Amino acid sequence: MPLPQKPSEKGSPLSSLAEIAAVLGDAVEETFEKGPEGNVDTWVRVKTSAWREVAETLREKLGYDYFCFLSAIDWMPSPYGRGEEDPTVEREPIDPTIRQGYAGGSTRMQVFARLVNHRTHHGVTLKADVPDDAMTVDSWVGVFAGANWHERETHEMFGINFAGHPDLRNMYLPSDFEGHPLRKDFPLLARIVKPWPGIVDVEPLPGGGDDEGGAE
Amino acid sequence: MTMLGDRQQLAYIASQAADARVNVELETEGMTLNIGPQHPATHGTLRIIARLDGEQVLWAEPSCGYMHRGYEKLTEVRTFPQVTALINRIDWLGSFANEVPFILAAEQLMGIEAPPRAQWIRTILFELSRIANVSLFLGDLGVQLGAITPVFFAFRDREYVLNLIEGATGGRFHPNFDRIGGLKDDLPAGWIDETRAVMRKMRKFCDEIEGLLFGNEIFEARTRGIGVIPRDVALQYGLSGANLRGSGVDWDLRRDQKLPMAWDKIDWKVWTHPDGDSYARCWIRLQEVRESTFIVEKLLDSLPSGPVMAKVPRIIKVPEGEAWVATENPLGEMGYYVVSKGELGPFRVKIRSASFNNISIVPWLLKGVYVPDIITILASLYFILGDIDR
Repeated sequence: MPLPQKPSEKGSPLSSLAEIAAVLGDAVEETFEKGPEGNVDTWVRVKTSAWREVAETLREKLGYDYFCFLSAIDWMPSPYGRGEEDPTVEREPIDPTIRQGYAGGSTRMQVFARLVNHRTHHGVTLKADVPDDAMTVDSWVGVFAGANWHERETHEMFGINFAGHPDLRNMYLPSDFEGHPLRKDFPLLARIVKPWPGIVDVEPLPGGGDDEGGAE
Repeated sequence: MTMLGDRQQLAYIASQAADARVNVELETEGMTLNIGPQHPATHGTLRIIARLDGEQVLWAEPSCGYMHRGYEKLTEVRTFPQVTALINRIDWLGSFANEVPFILAAEQLMGIEAPPRAQWIRTILFELSRIANVSLFLGDLGVQLGAITPVFFAFRDREYVLNLIEGATGGRFHPNFDRIGGLKDDLPAGWIDETRAVMRKMRKFCDEIEGLLFGNEIFEARTRGIGVIPRDVALQYGLSGANLRGSGVDWDLRRDQKLPMAWDKIDWKVWTHPDGDSYARCWIRLQEVRESTFIVEKLLDSLPSGPVMAKVPRIIKVPEGEAWVATENPLGEMGYYVVSKGELGPFRVKIRSASFNNISIVPWLLKGVYVPDIITILASLYFILGDIDR
């Protein structure tokens, strides 16, 4: 997805990204920045093979020592739609093209995690592609002990393996549960069995068919 | 040893060997203690499995999932305004505070900002949620240590705060009051004066709890030096809120982050404690409730006038993009990573809840502690089940 990228300026908080890019070197695939001056959020997509090394480098060299979270995104559009369509109207076919978000990507699944430098309060969202065939990335447990539970949760919900994780047991679901609930091709059965009535019952608002309207 | 004869020395060595064998046997057999899922000390349905050697914990691990409701999946079939009704129920004691970061993330993606009055009222209600939530913690703390009185005080005085929240929003526990672009309604007449009176009551409640618990010898003996979390461990487990500040990290998202909220418009203090033990975490929560009452009063003094809702389309479509917004909730850092594809509902919402990280340190922290300390340590970490399992 081509998205505009702000130029980095020296002296402004934007230089955090320049710093990260310089330290990580070759591991960086793509970066993205957004937000008003003084409150810039940073996205960095790194090579899958460097996933663990990147965490270590950011922690040791740049002081990103606060582990915020780790999870994954399934970029495939859901084949079931949002389950809120009017059942009486024929549904438009769903476009199956996979479009990744900020900092791009080339695979269906991506792991993403957030690290924060607790002194400067600057946070960075790291992303890495998960190869479609192997579904494996390196574990962060050796770098941030707190990643343990987050990786277990991600493994359970997305079916991504973390090489080097001591114990990828299920967090929430029974151990014989089949499927990975947060994958887009995992149906939300409640919506399939009985369509959501919410959209169907909407009555037109009195006094106007316009979509634009403010608070009263 | 040189004082003993050969026979005595042999007998001594043999007895030592026998002791060692007994220990080895105890360790291999051990004893598995299962706490929960229904247990008064676990605030819900957290199950803790501990392996004991005598009174000491060798290994402990929480078993989650008894309250997993799959909110991350459910958000994908809701529209943006509908999501707040779900996420209200993550941390059910401080519901309003759950709505704010999600709404802020949606507003950030849409490029709109709530009018000043709405920002102020949001911050006030946010702090009221904190007072309602943490005051219950302060009362509950006594129960964990065998003191019954504080919990009655807490339930009595929390009611005043819940009445305020109900008066303004219509819901005692689940306000569902925050809207993209502002708030559902303005404050009702007379609410401001009542709030000031309640804030004075809550400060009195804090003094009472401080007198009952924090000077108490039993309380000090059971919490001082127990469950110490060093600073770097707290950071790598991603602890937040009072658990992080109790380990001496001076970090509060209300102060250290630029958000369209009113915290930066007034003066207030972030409390930290260098010890990192159970006492430090409890002490900080007490100070924070008191500080919150001052924050509310100061915000009421400077409450601007004007509308409480920005101009937003009636059907809300959030433009394509990703946003991460976290706020300092009663339990700690709560954040939403919202991915939108330009549709009526979010494409993916990652809910980063405070208790999940805060409780993930338990296996590390409980290693080597004694059985009665399990309870105080868990109480001092302060978690809400819905906030762990989501």
